[in-house]
Amino acid sequence: MTMAEVTFLVVDDDEIDVELLQRAFRKLKIANPVVRARDGLEALDVLRGTGGRECLRPPYIILLDINMPRMTGLEFLNALRGDATLAQSIVFVLATSDDQLDIYKTQEMLISGYIVKNRMDRSLEQALSMIDNYWKVVELPA
Amino acid sequence: MAEVTFLVVDDDEIDVEVLLRAFRRLKIANPVVRAHDGLDALDVLRGTGGREKLEPPYIILLDINMPRMSGLELLEEIRRDDELRRAVIFMLTTSDDERDILTSYERNISGYVVKSKAGKSFEEALAMLDHYWKVVELPI
Repeated sequence: MTMAEVTFLVVDDDEIDVELLQRAFRKLKIANPVVRARDGLEALDVLRGTGGRECLRPPYIILLDINMPRMTGLEFLNALRGDATLAQSIVFVLATSDDQLDIYKTQEMLISGYIVKNRMDRSLEQALSMIDNYWKVVELPA
Repeated sequence: MAEVTFLVVDDDEIDVEVLLRAFRRLKIANPVVRAHDGLDALDVLRGTGGREKLEPPYIILLDINMPRMSGLELLEEIRRDDELRRAVIFMLTTSDDERDILTSYERNISGYVVKSKAGKSFEEALAMLDHYWKVVELPI
């Protein structure tokens, strides 16, 4: 079990989606630090400590939206996996798309899990509750 | 929701028995397929060597220290295989060696679980897996 507190890096351009996520965290009493990036480029700044952002130290888990301006989720994953210091980062994709091709292309980038946000049979909270479960039992890259 | 199979790759009979008992205690009723080491696991994933091919969706629970082909070697082989490379893999191992952890994440496993902490926390890890397969879209 990872003892150091795990930060969630939320990468999402949609203010409402981010607010819904924060509310779900609060409701589930998930009190981990949350850092927000508006898109892939900002997320890379956060992970590298560039562009005026403070460098985010591990352990962290990235919660990644797919549809974003400037740099899409897939482009971000490409950049992440191509960077030797960041390639091992853990990424859960929180997507609205349940399109099989989108899912396939994203899984090709070797993420920890592709989660469809608004599935009929299961709420966002249930998904976040799993992630809360996950960081407590898994050894994360240090 | 298609039923998810757990492919358990572990050469130690006792460890496998402990795992199966924990699944039963937690009422995790998913099908479980057992492979004895990395080579056996590849046979299962490919339908070679007399093994029936395991169809997705599945989650691989992978030990590290095994004869013939270790967990890390199997991981490399899976990531090199175009058909298998998206497989969701959790390391389930006694090794808490930082190098094993880093190497595993460099091959983009979904999570690394140290199983030396037996009892409640091992069950918590399995409960998390039971939660995980219900939430995540697995490769098919």
